[in-house]
Amino acid sequence: MSTRVTVLVGGSLAAALMVTAGCNPPGSTKAANSDTSVAAKSFVAPGAKDEYYLFYSGGHSGQVYVAGLPSMRHISTIPVFAPYPATGYGFDVESKSMMGKFTWGDVHHPGLSQSDGKYDGRWLFVNDNANNRIARIDLRDFKTRQILGPIPNSSGNHGSSFVTENSEYVLVASRFSVPLPKGRYADPSTYKTEYNGMVSGIKVDQKTGEMSVGWQVLTPPFNWDLGSTGKGPSSGWAFWTSYNSEMAHETLEATATQGERDYAAIVNWRAAEQAVKDGKATLMDGVPVIDPAKVPGVIYFLPVPKSPHGIDTDPSGRWIAASGKLQPVTSVFDFEKIQKAIAAKTFDGDVRGIPVIKPEAVLEGEVPVGLGPLHTQYDGKGNAYTSLYVESAVAKWTLPPWTDAQKKDLNTIVIDKIPVHFNIGHLVVGGSDTKEPYGRYLVAMNKLSKGRHVSVGPSQPESSQLIDISGNKMSMLYEAYTEPEPHFAQILKVDTIAPIEVYPKAENTDSNAVWEASQASVTRNGNKVEVKMMAIRSRFVPDKIEARAGDEITIHVTNVEQTTDMIHGLGIIEHDMNVVVDPGETKTVKFKAAKAGVFPFYCTNFCSALHQEMQGYLAVKP
Amino acid sequence: MNARLSAMHRILDRPVNFAGRGLLLVGIIVLLAGAALPLWRISLVAPQYAEGLTLDMYAYQIVAGNAGQDLAEINTLNHYIGMKPIVQADFLEMKVMPFALGVFALLGLRAVVVGRIMGLVDLAVLFSYFGAFSLASFAYRLYSYGHHLDPHAPMKITPFMPVVIGSQQIANFVQTSLPLAGTFCMAGFVLLLVAALWTSIREARRDQR
Ligand SMILES: [Cu+2]
Repeated sequence: MSTRVTVLVGGSLAAALMVTAGCNPPGSTKAANSDTSVAAKSFVAPGAKDEYYLFYSGGHSGQVYVAGLPSMRHISTIPVFAPYPATGYGFDVESKSMMGKFTWGDVHHPGLSQSDGKYDGRWLFVNDNANNRIARIDLRDFKTRQILGPIPNSSGNHGSSFVTENSEYVLVASRFSVPLPKGRYADPSTYKTEYNGMVSGIKVDQKTGEMSVGWQVLTPPFNWDLGSTGKGPSSGWAFWTSYNSEMAHETLEATATQGERDYAAIVNWRAAEQAVKDGKATLMDGVPVIDPAKVPGVIYFLPVPKSPHGIDTDPSGRWIAASGKLQPVTSVFDFEKIQKAIAAKTFDGDVRGIPVIKPEAVLEGEVPVGLGPLHTQYDGKGNAYTSLYVESAVAKWTLPPWTDAQKKDLNTIVIDKIPVHFNIGHLVVGGSDTKEPYGRYLVAMNKLSKGRHVSVGPSQPESSQLIDISGNKMSMLYEAYTEPEPHFAQILKVDTIAPIEVYPKAENTDSNAVWEASQASVTRNGNKVEVKMMAIRSRFVPDKIEARAGDEITIHVTNVEQTTDMIHGLGIIEHDMNVVVDPGETKTVKFKAAKAGVFPFYCTNFCSALHQEMQGYLAVKP
Repeated sequence: MNARLSAMHRILDRPVNFAGRGLLLVGIIVLLAGAALPLWRISLVAPQYAEGLTLDMYAYQIVAGNAGQDLAEINTLNHYIGMKPIVQADFLEMKVMPFALGVFALLGLRAVVVGRIMGLVDLAVLFSYFGAFSLASFAYRLYSYGHHLDPHAPMKITPFMPVVIGSQQIANFVQTSLPLAGTFCMAGFVLLLVAALWTSIREARRDQR
């Protein structure tokens, strides 16, 4: 080799090294999109208002959070299953008794109430996976109004809250099977024979929203996962996926992933409702339970690819997309074919008396969306969006009916893909579960956010990303650190509701409310001291409460204000007490004045120029 | 001079002419409408009350904005400076004014039927006095609210005169006070009364020539 060649080769090598040295390894995605024109698309100027509400679940924080879209600003927190001193939730008698003996919950899937298959803005239902409960938030005042549960015979309330077309029911399925009725012991090794799962219909009173258990259907001990309700041709039906059709009870990671398919449940909830009316259910733990082996027509099984997670009905009610998280496809089923198969009994035998529908007979196609597909949402314009957990992306694809050419190669219907950061779980398109999706924005809820934000130490936040889906191509608009741990969300157009901002005095029916200083009182009865207190800018009346050590103290505090945002709080020093009272509201707190001393109390919610002066004394004599 | 006076007396003695009666009748209707409509609006605007707090003063009532809530809010705010709460029952005017307006309407009606020009002059003079008195009394009310402040109030401010017509800044509030439809009706009544007088007198003069 001549010297000249050596120099040339050496020089090229050095140049190549210099070029590649500053680059990321192949495959890494660009950290940031620095195109600032994108910012305008989610910009909501100070003082301007968002167009949509985003109600997102807070997972094991036990709360529901309200953000605005497109700004993604966190606006408010609705405490549900955990105390929240900021609004005094979990301190007063009413919210405490609603929470029962639990101080946390695991909120997964918020569901908005519907009328005629559209959001009606009455209520938001949320589930508690941990303690088998379901809660109703009233959207008139954004307050939790009922917590039902623990639901009898149901364990691990993960498969909810799926609301039927006219909010007749909120549907619930058990993630964990246990020996039933609850409280019975059976060794986990007897799992297959002694344990059972359950799907339940929680009946909703149309006037008050009051929930009660309407019916339950006994199932084999599969682990029920996500679900959705039908509409249009599938009206009156509901769908759930499951994992662990193997009915394994240990090291599920391996034992529950052996089969190539798991079962989805196809439930005719109207038939279940009728069966209870016809007296075909038996009471278990006070709740009517249907044994499907004895009552045919209520539930069917449908094999779907390996360990599925989401099963989502499209806005027409005909197409049902189920994704097997361990297979790179989303299966699309045709409900019309499902009905035909049921009518013609196109079954592959049964499991414990529950007919198994032949999948080939009802499958429309398997869409090669990508790796780790979980959930699918719809924009109402014929497109579906599937979250890809493993691939950290969202795939956009076309719903059937497909052309022959498309059917031949379903790769052609996957029309766009956008990376998300990272490991997306749920995604939400406004109104996807209704007949009329908004189809404007998609929010991707991501499990990992590492490296995307300034470091906050080992407890890393989750992130949600706002994606514009109004065009052919999806485009990433914004990224926010939504309170942990966002699972699923609902998007509601702001003008669907008109929340109240003060409780009108005329509506206050609390017999202990006082509206004028002259009505305020402190009454002793034995060792019980009852206080009727009024809060107004900037004083409490009375501002002195006398007690003796050991007294049981009850304070009914009424915020007599009728002005928006004029909120008062009553915090009592060293008594673990903070109740926050909205304008026009009366709240009751009960506590023991255990030790002697003088304990100042004060307004905790900054109200007025003389807020600091709004204080008083709890004087406890020995 | 004497001749002029007696000519005037003759004119004042003459009945109100046909056109005058018509104008007067319209005037009475306008007067009654004014009695039912709001006379004056006081509004308060501050950064945190961008939509404004309003009080509409009628001849017989106070109507506060936001379904009455604004009055409670104004009183709550005023307690910080030690201002007496504004209570409708304290407004004696609101008991007297409907009665007085009724008397004026009846006097007017009498003039429509059997009125002489002198009667119209009386009516105009009395009503002008009544109007001026009401306005002065309204101003005095505002003055006393702004000047009789509780010395033990949380916030001490220099006694002030709330503006009667126009706008002014009081602490963080812009107070605005402006006449509403009812007041314009009252003014309309006076104008129609004057018009009735004018046409009657002109006709009487023509007849005298
Ligand atoms: Cu306060």
